Amino acid sequence: MRYSGFRILKEALTGHKGWTPQWRDPAPQASYDYIIVGGGGHGLATAYYLAKEFKQARIAVLEKGYLGGGNVGRNTTIIRSNYLLDGNEPFYEFSLKLWEGLEQDFNYNAMVSQRGIINLIHTDAARDAATRRGNAMIMNGADAELLTKEQVKVLYPFLNFDNNRFPIKGALMQRRGGTVRHDAVAWGYARGADSHGVDLIQNCEVTGMRIENGKILGVETSKGFIGAKKVGVAVAGSSSKVMAHAGMRLPMESHVLQAFVSEGLKPVIDGVMTFGAGHFYVSQSDKGGLVFGGDIDGYNSYAQRGNLPVIEDVIEGGMALMPMIGRARLLRAWGGIMDMSMDGSPIIDKTHIDGLYFNGGWCYGGFKATPASGWCFAHLLAKDEPHVTAKAYRFDRFLKGLMIDEKGQGAQPNLH
Amino acid sequence: MIINHPILGPRDAQEFVYLGDASLIHRPDGMTASIETFHDYTYLRDNPAGLHRELWYHEQGDRSWLVVTRNTVTHEITSVELARDVARAEGRSK
Repeated sequence: MRYSGFRILKEALTGHKGWTPQWRDPAPQASYDYIIVGGGGHGLATAYYLAKEFKQARIAVLEKGYLGGGNVGRNTTIIRSNYLLDGNEPFYEFSLKLWEGLEQDFNYNAMVSQRGIINLIHTDAARDAATRRGNAMIMNGADAELLTKEQVKVLYPFLNFDNNRFPIKGALMQRRGGTVRHDAVAWGYARGADSHGVDLIQNCEVTGMRIENGKILGVETSKGFIGAKKVGVAVAGSSSKVMAHAGMRLPMESHVLQAFVSEGLKPVIDGVMTFGAGHFYVSQSDKGGLVFGGDIDGYNSYAQRGNLPVIEDVIEGGMALMPMIGRARLLRAWGGIMDMSMDGSPIIDKTHIDGLYFNGGWCYGGFKATPASGWCFAHLLAKDEPHVTAKAYRFDRFLKGLMIDEKGQGAQPNLH
Repeated sequence: MIINHPILGPRDAQEFVYLGDASLIHRPDGMTASIETFHDYTYLRDNPAGLHRELWYHEQGDRSWLVVTRNTVTHEITSVELARDVARAEGRSK
């Protein structure tokens, strides 16, 4: 089903009786050419690009719950490509370019809003680092701009510029960064994949993998065995659980990351702001809520909820940055499960099992990567070779010493 | 989370630093182990959903290392041991 202004007008005049479900609800077939495990942002994007761009057919997405019920519905909706390292920046810039054309591509209002993201600078050394990162971004075709304290003041006059510990001395701005309506991304990809013939099978949990002579034959599910020539796993925080069915141990720990939203306020924050030194970042949703978060809780968890000390830590960061936030009331707090890889960067790679492919380890940066992750994973599945921007995201980089330690830490800060 | 320290009694988890899977106690012999063995030890994890034995360091307390058995789905802590006792029982200490 597609939308248009004319259609809305017509339905409004005819009692809204013509709206139909956006995608089918098919029963699984006995076998497929491609099975994507995980009906979240990355899995749906993979299926969409696999069908649309790589012209593959007989594709199914298996989702243990409902579509978009995992991290694509639990994140803080930020898109950006402000990375430093060669292994990362081309990939995230590819992703940002896909974001820019996404709504036209899948004909869905995902509310892509390039409202700009700033990373605050507090010291001369941090300005040097931001300058270097900005230059790396520009060299990879992204946009970056160094702002002075006065320029930040024009944008956000209410910040605590003279904080004793972290005075604000400027910022690194990426104007093309911004926010996207996260659920609509899942829905847009789901409808797009469905319209290209992909079977989206919900309430279908993978409970095992049938592997013989080093080759995958299909997956055992709560709806019975489903055969497949190729299986791609894109299950975010549950990566270790699913890949254990293939006897694999991953360089990952699952951790809980919390996010928060305040009551609705009048417009006060135009863009996205990160206060890395204070473990705090914030933007404002179109409904008016301040959407913010901080660091992971720091212990293995599959609970999708965190604990109070981190809530306190994040709010303290917010108070240090913009004391007026103390007047806002917290509306909701929730948690999502991150598969924290050991160097903080993702994996999009084949496994040692013929026909089994893996996409995961997105840590807390998976949402912005959604389009490129789907595209690159579809490329790998269809052509058996990595996309040019995802060549570094290999399993064996830990063995070979080729870690992509963008932040200098993964699940723990002591693994480099 | 409250960690019931074997010596000091119930302590807030905020006093501790977390290291991860308690199998990290089993460090391979650096003189004989292969690169692959050390890679597996350093980077690969079981990462279970359910009971997880893990190392916590009481940095803001008595600086002891603990082995805490915790359910990663519910955050419930079911047993706490001194890592020293665990390691000795496994024959690590000379």
